[in-house]
Amino acid sequence: MDKSMDKPFATVLGPATSLSNKTGSWRTMRPEYINMLPPCNATCPAGENIQQWLSFAQEGKFREAWDVMVKDNPFPAIMGRICYHTCEKVCNRNQFDGAVNINLLERSIGDIAIANGWQFKPVLETKKKILIIGGGPSGLSAAYFLRKLGYGVTIYESNIKLGGMMRYGVPRYRLPGNIMDTEIRRIIDLGVNVVCDRRVRSVRDEIRGFDATYIAVGAYRAAKTSAEIADGANVIDAVDFFRKLEDAPLGLPNFGKKVVVYGGGNTAVDAARTVLRLGAESVKIVYRRTINNLSAHDTEIHDALSEGIEVMCLRTISAVNNGKVLLNVMNYDEENDVLSKTDKTDWLPADSVIFAIGQSLDEGILKEMPEISVSEQGVIEIDKNMMTGAKGIFAGGDVIMGKRTVTHAIGGGKKAAKCIDAYLRGQEPVANVKNQTAAFKRLNMTYFSHNPRIDVSRLGDISFEEKDISYSDLKIVAEASRCFSCGNCFHCDNCYGYCPDNAIKKHQDGSLEINLDYCKGCGICVAECPCGAMKMTLDE
Amino acid sequence: MSHPTIGNRLVKNVTVQSMRDRPNCLTSGHRACQGCGEALGARCVLDAAYAATGGKIAVVNATGCLEVFSCVYPENSWQVPWLHSLFGNAPAVATGVAAAFKQQGKSDVRIIAQGGDGALSDIGMGCLSGMFERNDDVLCVCYDNQAYMNTGVQRSGATPAFARTATTLPTGNYLGNDAQTGKNLPKIAMAHEIPYVATASIGNIHDLEEKVTKAIHIRGAKYLHVHVPCPLGWGYSPSDTIKIARAAVQCGLFPLFEMERGKIMKSTPIKDPVKVDDYLKSQRRFAHLFGKSASPEALAALQDIADNNIRDYALAENANG
Repeated sequence: MDKSMDKPFATVLGPATSLSNKTGSWRTMRPEYINMLPPCNATCPAGENIQQWLSFAQEGKFREAWDVMVKDNPFPAIMGRICYHTCEKVCNRNQFDGAVNINLLERSIGDIAIANGWQFKPVLETKKKILIIGGGPSGLSAAYFLRKLGYGVTIYESNIKLGGMMRYGVPRYRLPGNIMDTEIRRIIDLGVNVVCDRRVRSVRDEIRGFDATYIAVGAYRAAKTSAEIADGANVIDAVDFFRKLEDAPLGLPNFGKKVVVYGGGNTAVDAARTVLRLGAESVKIVYRRTINNLSAHDTEIHDALSEGIEVMCLRTISAVNNGKVLLNVMNYDEENDVLSKTDKTDWLPADSVIFAIGQSLDEGILKEMPEISVSEQGVIEIDKNMMTGAKGIFAGGDVIMGKRTVTHAIGGGKKAAKCIDAYLRGQEPVANVKNQTAAFKRLNMTYFSHNPRIDVSRLGDISFEEKDISYSDLKIVAEASRCFSCGNCFHCDNCYGYCPDNAIKKHQDGSLEINLDYCKGCGICVAECPCGAMKMTLDE
Repeated sequence: MSHPTIGNRLVKNVTVQSMRDRPNCLTSGHRACQGCGEALGARCVLDAAYAATGGKIAVVNATGCLEVFSCVYPENSWQVPWLHSLFGNAPAVATGVAAAFKQQGKSDVRIIAQGGDGALSDIGMGCLSGMFERNDDVLCVCYDNQAYMNTGVQRSGATPAFARTATTLPTGNYLGNDAQTGKNLPKIAMAHEIPYVATASIGNIHDLEEKVTKAIHIRGAKYLHVHVPCPLGWGYSPSDTIKIARAAVQCGLFPLFEMERGKIMKSTPIKDPVKVDDYLKSQRRFAHLFGKSASPEALAALQDIADNNIRDYALAENANG
């Protein structure tokens, strides 16, 4: 007998699950998980994966967070103090309730690493040897990344201590010596051969025996002023000032009561705040343009003003006499960036003057190397792989064209290491594939609550002691949790929970996958994703 | 204040819907439209009940979208014991199922009757009222999409004022469904003074799961009214289902509350309030209230309904103190 006769009257088919009905065939658009570049990462001169270490910090996993930091930057505790944190300027949370305090988080986690004695992992040895001329942030960064790749690294440093501008440009109240020493030590402990107090007179004479060279000597030659300086006037340039302060404080001149600092960059502000700490009664910064044009970082300017330092704008120093300087009033056409002197002059009492009007490369080291060219701006010219005209000789940090900050120098050192490695293997360096930056409008603010940034003023007493402002563990978690996770999934499960068709698979590790067999393409998952980590695309 | 995400790796208190091994009582392959609020609502309610009872639930379904899209012969999307009889008798059948389990000494099996607003506020009203007044041990869940969607968007007793449906097409001076009509099913349930009445929304899964988990263990008649937007019937993009569900709550037109034995016990304060106008504008069924033939009176009347809700149910953010 026909088997269907076993079934009740008029029933032909046995029951089955609707899983055999693949509703994915209805779809014209499909959702997709994407990874976008968060603005903080996109703008970091050292290329840190800020969002990733913030996500570890949110879970209280500080070691993992630190490991992520040092993948791109060996100096978290230093960066957390002196980096000008462009990341915070572009943080999407600015458009909500204030940027995540990335800088202070980096400092806090960097300090935890120092307190716990966390070290870098030892590396295997290769035969190739690399010379790094200059033990500043860029040279040390290159040394770190090259050592991690197994190269033998030697650093020649002209000063008696490593650190470059971190030591001889940044004052100790901003970066305590022990913090800097610990983070530099960690790199040296990877097995870097360091020779301090070894001034390279000519690159040509030094490179023999090395497979590649990285020139990162920095810009230590102070720009010459056009001001007329009377004999016996008490004048010093900022480079000299900071070097003496660090290595031979007794060699510093007596600055007197009234000090004038000339310049508008971070060095000028650092010098002004430092000389105030040395006992000056009044410190005035003289600057040619308006206060809005100061190239020093906003927080530094703010702190300087709070400490009573005065900024005299639209003035230039045309002469320095004993006890006074002659100021010329300037005319500045902001729109066209045209600066002109007016006839108006003014005498300003000044017991001493510090010039901080720019620094440049000492080209002497390049003598007898015509293949390395120096541009009109006084910087070494390099190709896209950071190599100079001489084969196997690379350059970076303050000696090349670009922004002169410690963070840029560290990023440059990292890139140089990559380029040198590629060069020694006879390959092109692998280009970084950058995703599109995640804009604020991609985020779904429904899922974020207002939660103000935990700000701590760095301003303490006027002394060389650093104010202790690092977050407690709890505050690290709280502040890190403010991260929107722009453009990258943070496992909120909205897509999984809101799908009316159960068309999202959640794997053991929490990762998610769209089941295209059943996804009808409604787009709820994309609309409800808080962080813009999904998008709809045309189904092909 | 923000809305919580469904899950979060940083939060210990997770929803059933974020669990990797959630039961999926309504499984994939059902034929609900793209972005169906009712399909999502039914899965959330039953999964929560399933999780709360260790899987000991039985479901009786009224006729309607939910029944039609989930069991197209010979397929079936239900992964729980499930029974369908007629349009109007789901509460009565559920009463019988509950009695049968009780007779067998299996009172740990919890019974759910479910259906749309048509089945429960109109066609099955008598059976529902009977189940309430006898205080039968059933949780009745109404998925309210505010019209008869399955048959082509005809007006029901739950259709809101001024909404366009196939049977309330705005023409001339007629602005869609008449104001002062329809019925408030949660209030009718409350009038029976049954142990538990609550409203919930798929825009707030945490709240919905809490209410189901509480209700499923209460002995006697329970009623849960779930607001489930319908992309097709309301006229909006399927991707906006959750946004619209949330906006209905945020504007005050759909209050979230709990009642026990005829008294309001608790209401959920509105987070990030939105204007009634903004909620209405997002749906084509209210499009005639805007633009050239705009009716400020109609909009004011709808705003009044929302304002009264906010007052009556103490929905302002700080009202609950």
